[in-house]
Amino acid sequence: MKKLLIFTAFLSFSLLSFSQNRTLPKVDLKTLDNNTFNTSDFDNDGKPIVISFWATWCKPCIKELNNIAEVYEDWQDETGVKVIAISIDDARNMSKVKPKVNALLWDYEVYCDPNGDLKRAMGVGSVPHTFLLNENKEIVYQHTGYKDGDEYDLFKKIEALSK
Amino acid sequence: MKRLTIIITCNFISFITWAQDNSNGTIQGDFNLSTQSYYEDPAINAEKVDEFMLMNAYSNIRYNKGNFTAGVRFESYLNVLRGFESNFNGNGIPYRFAQYNVNGLDITVGNFYEQFGNGLIFRSYEEKTLGIDNVMDGVRLKYSPLKGLSLKGFVATQRLFWEQGPGIIRGFDTDLNLNEAISSLESSKTNAIIGGSFVSRFQDDNNPVFNLPENVAAYAIRSTVNRGKISFNSEYAYKYNDPAGGITYNNFAPGSALMTNLSYSQRGLGIMLEAHRVDNMDYRSKRGGTGKELTLNYIPAISKQHAYTLAAFYPFATQPLGELGFQGEINYTFKKNSKLGGKYGTQVAVNYSRINGLNGGPSELTLNRDHTPMFFSVINEELYFRDLNFDLKKKISKKVKVMLNYLDVIYNKDVIEGKIIGKNVHARIGIAEVNYKIKPKHTLRSEFQYLSVDKSEEYYKDQGDWVMGLVEYTFSPHWFFAFVDQYNGGYTSEGKTYEAVHYLNISCGYSKGTNRFELGYGKVREGIFCVGGVCRNVPSSNGFTLNITSSF
Repeated sequence: MKKLLIFTAFLSFSLLSFSQNRTLPKVDLKTLDNNTFNTSDFDNDGKPIVISFWATWCKPCIKELNNIAEVYEDWQDETGVKVIAISIDDARNMSKVKPKVNALLWDYEVYCDPNGDLKRAMGVGSVPHTFLLNENKEIVYQHTGYKDGDEYDLFKKIEALSK
Repeated sequence: MKRLTIIITCNFISFITWAQDNSNGTIQGDFNLSTQSYYEDPAINAEKVDEFMLMNAYSNIRYNKGNFTAGVRFESYLNVLRGFESNFNGNGIPYRFAQYNVNGLDITVGNFYEQFGNGLIFRSYEEKTLGIDNVMDGVRLKYSPLKGLSLKGFVATQRLFWEQGPGIIRGFDTDLNLNEAISSLESSKTNAIIGGSFVSRFQDDNNPVFNLPENVAAYAIRSTVNRGKISFNSEYAYKYNDPAGGITYNNFAPGSALMTNLSYSQRGLGIMLEAHRVDNMDYRSKRGGTGKELTLNYIPAISKQHAYTLAAFYPFATQPLGELGFQGEINYTFKKNSKLGGKYGTQVAVNYSRINGLNGGPSELTLNRDHTPMFFSVINEELYFRDLNFDLKKKISKKVKVMLNYLDVIYNKDVIEGKIIGKNVHARIGIAEVNYKIKPKHTLRSEFQYLSVDKSEEYYKDQGDWVMGLVEYTFSPHWFFAFVDQYNGGYTSEGKTYEAVHYLNISCGYSKGTNRFELGYGKVREGIFCVGGVCRNVPSSNGFTLNITSSF
């Protein structure tokens, strides 16, 4: 009971300071070459950024990123958007990420989050989970799961940002 | 616990009240609920539960302002779903932490997850779908004294359901990026990172018969080398003698693990080769712990993680007591407008993995304490698992996409599931998936899967053949409807005859933004559910399921 009270107190304090836009948490990731890279270094010159959480074993994730890859060039031409793909593969599959990304011809920036630090910090329960960041790197839109055609809605949101 | 919560609360007040800049912090959270009802169904061995329905739920809430972050997770298992350990029953806040960063020194008090290297000697992680949460509770520091060098250290205990395990764990890890640390290497084409870690467990010795070591240590060294299209990773770990299992005079053997992988990739082509050898590397924060409780390290399975239902029917789980495994994978894309690529290109993948026992058996189980199993031995050793699989993805036209999969698997049920059969299962699995885009945002997806077991005398027939069909209709961005039937033609096992049975399932889901609702009804087959090479047994059941997830 006491624990719950403290929990509620915690919640209300937090809500006091609730702000409208969430910013990107600062978390260390791994590059495909195993270097450390901090999310605060994500950059797209003030243009929108899409962050997509995926894994080598997740079929809908690969479908989403494959489908975006087909139209990525057009998206970039029209809005300057950058897609950053975050693999949540752990040590079992991390070595497969780089060969997979290259073989699938993805032109995304790809990072690994092998122990789920960014995943937890961004409240990602399951993959795919996609975020859209505005020019100040604030999260303005997110959705979970992927259905064929979801990328149309995502693109509409990107277009709205880049107007 | 109480003190920590007060610290967190105080931190909140101070950060809110004395914040120097006027910007507010941000708060973020997620919620996950799974419920299921259970009806009796003798045809599939499904039992009803007295509660009528069971529930697993949790919610994370995190507050962040500048360099300060704090968070809690509330968990509720009323009562826990079948297939998970009943020790979870109840409510509580097993996860709360505060973290801040001052001039590069990162301090975490309370709960934290952490991984050293590949996790061979230390990985604290959570996988809710498997009922695993071995989160640490204590103090962790991270610091980077100079460019390219990072240090991590912690002292903590580990979660066991709603309590803490008996061991006190101390850990230290360092990573050195040679190209960043040594200025003359900065422009080198070769990029190298080396690292090392050390973990030690303290646990009282209360054993009246044996003089048990109270401190048990493990260390690991690792390296990553990249040059152009090639990367090479390796890690070696050693565990000092740690009494395991039922404690007797002869199971004080040390353990070791070696893992290595090599990859080559260029646009359109990726090749990966890896091998690992594991001997007596079950390392826990409690002497002689079993099952999934209090594991300190993580040894990933060296086989492909399959996503299709019947492809994942016979999954491999790492045998930390001892195994030798190899895996190779090639991914290739036939370019657009080429002979094999067609108009849209074709993606293919081939994967092979093979895992066998160690020569002479794992060190833990040998009577001779000086026994050293032969380093590399494949031929004549007991086969644990073998998987050869092909994967093809092809877009046929603007509207149609086809995916084909074929697997040939040998599965040692005795070793992987602890049965006594004396024969392996040999299964061949074929899968075809077709996606048809009716119009933009409306897609019809169908899967056909067939699993056939080798009926020859040499192999165990297990449950015989399985057939599965799936039809799914998705209407982006909100709706999906799915209908699945898995069919088994009946079989005899342990003197019991099972009739032919259809496992029918219907489900539909609605999602908007980050809210997702999913309602399902049907039969669930008994099986092994795995994520990342760690598995959980799912009992057969018949009933409704409702899942709700949300995040903000």
